[in-house]
Amino acid sequence: MEPIDVEISEAELELPEEPMLLNVGPSHPAMHGTVRCVMELSGELIHRVDVQVGYLHRGFEKMCERGTWAQVFPYVDRCNYVSPMLNNVGFALACEKMLGIEVPERCQWYRMALGELARISDHLTCDGAMAMELGAFTPFLWMIKGREMVWDIMEEETGARLTHSFGRVGGMAAPPTKGFKEQSLAVVEHILSIVSEVEKLMFGNRIFLDRLEDVGVVSAENAISLGWTGPCLRASGVAYDVRKAAPYLKYDEVEFDVPVGEKGDCLDRFIIRLEELKQSARIIRQSLARMADSGPINVVDPRVMLPPKEEVYNTIEGTIQHFKIVMEGLKIPAGEVYSYTEAGNGELGFYLVSDGSGTPYRVRIRPPCYYITGGLEHVITGQMMADVVPCFGSLNMIGGECDR
Amino acid sequence: MAQALIDLIKRQFPAAVLETHSQHGDDTLVLNALAWKAVAEFLFSSPDAAMNMLVDLTVVDYPDREPRFEVVAHLLSLSLGHRLRLKARVGNAEGEGAAIASLTEIWASANWAEREAFDMFGVTFTGHPDLRRILMYPEFEGHALRRDYPADKIQPLIPYREIPGIEKVAPFGRDEGMSFGRQVHARWAEDSEDSQAN
Amino acid sequence: MGELKRTTQVIEAGEGAAFATTTLESMLAWAQKYSLFMYPFVTACCGMEFMSVSSPRYDFSRFGSEAPRFSPRQSDLLWVVGTITQRQAPILKRIYEQMAEPKWVLAFGTCASCGGFYDNYACVAGVDKVIPCDVYVPGCPPRPEGVLDGLMLLQDKIQSGDRRPSIVKPRHDPAVDQGLGLIDLKRAAKA
Repeated sequence: MEPIDVEISEAELELPEEPMLLNVGPSHPAMHGTVRCVMELSGELIHRVDVQVGYLHRGFEKMCERGTWAQVFPYVDRCNYVSPMLNNVGFALACEKMLGIEVPERCQWYRMALGELARISDHLTCDGAMAMELGAFTPFLWMIKGREMVWDIMEEETGARLTHSFGRVGGMAAPPTKGFKEQSLAVVEHILSIVSEVEKLMFGNRIFLDRLEDVGVVSAENAISLGWTGPCLRASGVAYDVRKAAPYLKYDEVEFDVPVGEKGDCLDRFIIRLEELKQSARIIRQSLARMADSGPINVVDPRVMLPPKEEVYNTIEGTIQHFKIVMEGLKIPAGEVYSYTEAGNGELGFYLVSDGSGTPYRVRIRPPCYYITGGLEHVITGQMMADVVPCFGSLNMIGGECDR
Repeated sequence: MAQALIDLIKRQFPAAVLETHSQHGDDTLVLNALAWKAVAEFLFSSPDAAMNMLVDLTVVDYPDREPRFEVVAHLLSLSLGHRLRLKARVGNAEGEGAAIASLTEIWASANWAEREAFDMFGVTFTGHPDLRRILMYPEFEGHALRRDYPADKIQPLIPYREIPGIEKVAPFGRDEGMSFGRQVHARWAEDSEDSQAN
Repeated sequence: MGELKRTTQVIEAGEGAAFATTTLESMLAWAQKYSLFMYPFVTACCGMEFMSVSSPRYDFSRFGSEAPRFSPRQSDLLWVVGTITQRQAPILKRIYEQMAEPKWVLAFGTCASCGGFYDNYACVAGVDKVIPCDVYVPGCPPRPEGVLDGLMLLQDKIQSGDRRPSIVKPRHDPAVDQGLGLIDLKRAAKA
């Protein structure tokens, strides 16, 4: 060991001034396993950051060009795996827009109710995971408990907990089960109580508030320029919601509000998601009240719907029709369409190009997450190293959707 | 409204607009690739258009057409609530010479969208500040979403393990694995006794 | 201690005192299987089910494996949760190589096991192409019960010292095996 009283000039004691390069991710708990950030730090301040995505690029668009239109549904499910139902419905709506068909009223209400349940699952997961990453484990457990209840309904309706593949072009795979309304209303009630418990727990917590308030502020102009949509854009004060701006299904017939933030910081994004949970609950209640207990769920259109099983097994016409739809795929007229819906993270667009055959020529998904993650660099530059976690958590990056 | 917008562009850039259509209610302008950025700038700054958001930018590949690639951008005006689709065609049949002006100076969201289009289709965006691959790794050769790229052609970064039957390593045979339960299984118990005896 | 009974003898020494003999290997294996420190290599959809398994309803901490360690040097069990792409493969391999022996790998879900329906330019068709794997849990994503089955299977394998890969098979329904309905089975159990 060196003696302490050795004479060292002041200049030698200075720490090196060049910035330090720090690599975070991709296998890092706060980076959700699929994003890598190469940061240039000066002390604790982030000078420059290079956000690298693509660690979960699974070739979604290429795979869509290899199957029939109906075979896209399982891939769409796995794009946003927190709210697959919204993606299912979004893709079905895009195909229906091209075909020029509209599903029966009962199916529209059913799609809305299921979709809002999926949105609840999405926001619960995002806020729960965000709280957990900041060290608050209890709300995570509570919110996952609520999410399990939503998934129970989904399992009852679709047969799968997470990846439903339940949408169909021209309807849904099955009509609602008998207990759907009752069960959904009970679950919604329970989830609202979870939300109020979480609010009580989090908004009295000085540490939690201090880590979120005025951190990762994004102005409205920047958010728009970055192509942000959904809760992140609304947190910055822009009241843009596809459900209000360009209503699809029956969203123009239900009452709900669009919560808007003031500052656009991480706390606003957290609160907006909690508020949207309550709005989703309102929509679910109204849709369930207006959904008929009986009636057709699918369109009557032999071009897209499989014939009933009795016909398939008993008549040659039914067999041929079934065979043609399954083997060749349903035919969508040549052309192109851009159809957009409000998914958990914002505007989910499908740009479809059809050449008139049973196979999509091009399926382009407009992933809300991709553009939101594209803004991560803007959000965290100039912040402290410790602020990366709440900033990244509040953007709700879904790997499957961001990288496809 | 939308038709008025199309007419406005046609008046402003008579030479740039090649065709227009409004299929399924989506207003579309097919532009000359050279006028791509000028039209975009006009749409952004003109108060009648006020296209403040670039919603999406992508490419569609038509290998038997010339020019081969169609660059497609979707624009949205949040204040006026209308949308417009812009298209421009670039590149020859071999996929070479596909270049178009970058829109990053107008909309920040074009940055990643154009990087993805470059990565997947090999369309270069002139004036882009940071045109690198984004979804695939830098070592990747070719452009994955071009229709002549085989869907199952892999380019591994690290060699696969050297063991026989690597194509089917997992025990997917009927008698492999174990039947279910907590107990230690008879087959393994026998094996381990054998090894002890040896 | 039931798992140890093949090599264990319990001897009553009178007055409430007793001792047991066993081999060192089975004692060690018994300790190892109930104290698995895990490294969750979570990439994709299966991560959502992984959250469910770690949350109260399914709660895999009952099996002594709840402690996540985000340092490969401190972990014994590598959970590969989700699709591994070609871009991700070197990272996975590096993490596996950094882990200290003894180490185990559990492939969570179809993508990690064999690639699933992502048979394309971007994905590795199963983690076993890159690293050796001990237990495969099928499902897209697997149900939490299936994951718990896989964890129990791994514990069995650790106890028996078997390093051959195995796969979680569908559970036989005892009612179907015996040709009974569930109500009959309950009645039979009571009788």
